[in-house]
Amino acid sequence: MSGAPAAPQPGSAEPTVAADDLQLLLIPPRPRTGWRVLTTRVIAMCVVELQKLRHDRTELYTRAVQPALWLLVFGETFTRIKAIPTGGTPYIDYLAPGIIAQSAMFIAIFYGIMIIWERDAGILTKLLVTPTPRAALIAGKAFAAGVKALLQAVVVILIAALLGVAMTWNPLRLLGVAVAVILGSAFFSCLSMTIAGIVLTRDRLMGIGQAITMPLFFASNALYPVAVMPGWLRAISTFNPLSYQVDALRGLLLGTPSHLLLDYAVLVAAAAAGIAAASSLLGRLAR
Amino acid sequence: MTREDPGRTVPPTGPEAPPDTAPGGGPAPPRAPEGDALSCHGLRYAFGETRAVDGVDLAVRPGEVFGLLGPNGAGKTTAIRCITTLLPVPAGMVRVFGHDAARERMAVRRLLGYVPQQLSADAGLTGRENVALFARVFDVPRRERAARVDQALRAVHLTDAANRLAKTYSGGMIRRLELAQALVSAPRLLMLDEPTIGLDPIARTSVWEHINAVRAATGMTVLVTTHYMDEAEQYCDRVALMHRGRIRALGTPAELRSALRTRWARAASGDSAPSPLPTTPAPSSDAEPTLEDVFRDVAGTGLDEQSGDFRDVRSTRRTAARVG
Repeated sequence: MSGAPAAPQPGSAEPTVAADDLQLLLIPPRPRTGWRVLTTRVIAMCVVELQKLRHDRTELYTRAVQPALWLLVFGETFTRIKAIPTGGTPYIDYLAPGIIAQSAMFIAIFYGIMIIWERDAGILTKLLVTPTPRAALIAGKAFAAGVKALLQAVVVILIAALLGVAMTWNPLRLLGVAVAVILGSAFFSCLSMTIAGIVLTRDRLMGIGQAITMPLFFASNALYPVAVMPGWLRAISTFNPLSYQVDALRGLLLGTPSHLLLDYAVLVAAAAAGIAAASSLLGRLAR
Repeated sequence: MTREDPGRTVPPTGPEAPPDTAPGGGPAPPRAPEGDALSCHGLRYAFGETRAVDGVDLAVRPGEVFGLLGPNGAGKTTAIRCITTLLPVPAGMVRVFGHDAARERMAVRRLLGYVPQQLSADAGLTGRENVALFARVFDVPRRERAARVDQALRAVHLTDAANRLAKTYSGGMIRRLELAQALVSAPRLLMLDEPTIGLDPIARTSVWEHINAVRAATGMTVLVTTHYMDEAEQYCDRVALMHRGRIRALGTPAELRSALRTRWARAASGDSAPSPLPTTPAPSSDAEPTLEDVFRDVAGTGLDEQSGDFRDVRSTRRTAARVG
């Protein structure tokens, strides 16, 4: 009687379930351990991001408008004025890696808003009740932001190519570009999720997001070389991971002199610090 | 419809849940108190000054459907969040199949299937993708993932809609999808927080019938919160009535009702001093009390004044709005 999984009730209507139809739902999956937990969770989050983009690509297109305008209006104009010392490269070429980094950052900065939305919707809450350590969940979100930003970067690179920017098509260098874009976005999404963990509401985060994106952008070498900045701005730029990302992208795409080793070291360290900070504050979003 | 007790084939004592090794590995659960599915000892949680849960003791037996009842703001959701490891509690307060929620979080989470109060399916994904995500984060190996996801979807009768985006689902379908998400990891304790909130009566019945069918087929334990007394009466093996962070009564619906009938009868016959809480004017002594009467009796007056603050009501409304 009690051991047998209940004969279907003749009285109750349709939703009877044949027990043999559910045998897999009786066996708990074998837990993974160690690093495999992290990798599977990161993959799971990236898959979700790609699935969402497959169902709705609107964001990918609408978000291409702004970088296109930057390149087309700002880039073309300043190429003509020749006001910015770029060391011989046409300004629009110089600008393109900066715009790639900027559009990736704009996407990543929205992740904090998304995580608050997911908290309000119960999606985050439910993920927090799965055997997923918080750091793995944040790392998953961070790399999902990276994947999304990477797709955005492809769009911007194509636009830049259409505008005649001479970039490398060397696959190894492009791989390096992809890694830099993903690491940079991982950092900025974690920055945003960290702030989300502090301010806890979407409205406040929206304001802060608006307030920090432009300064991050202007206090970097995305639009102009560090050399032309006043001292105080140069100091800020030294601590801005965006500068290192742009430096790497520029070096890889255009072949201008850059400090790749330092750039990647800073980006990896920034992403790791971001993941640590955001996951330590994730608990605040859970309550 | 003659459905007094639909699908109630499993007696409250429940099917002996296979006493095999608990997932999470390691030795057998350390001195599981009588093998309860869930036990809370003096569970407390305060948000600042507000003591949302104020000393809750309860034990849920394996295989039963246990209802945690109470108005908005009674502390049900906070209790659930403590049990699901979302809120930190000191060691010793909460045990799930013998695993301490404070010390063995991951082991506890692997035993739980959790459906929060909000409609938590991701609207931008298909039904199948929603379930597959949970298969992934519960470490279902790739070769078995598709089959397992299919079974979970079939269990809630969503196979036909599996490839549609969840935003096209009705409220009842989303609840069933969430049930599938929870089931895909073969949990032993299913935690449902207000599973029927905001649903129309037909969808409510359907959600409950699916919960019951799955419980009958898998023998899993179900802990459900609700503020619909009629549902609890109909579908729960045992219920605990919660009010202002405390459990005021616990038993089968029939037990609670008959206890109140006895009290009414005593009050009607006019003997003895007034009981401490003579809040419900006892109607004619032969009237059959409902669970709601029991609740009014144990909770006292002023129910509608402190049931649920603004935030509770807003989030409830928001859920209801999304259910449409």
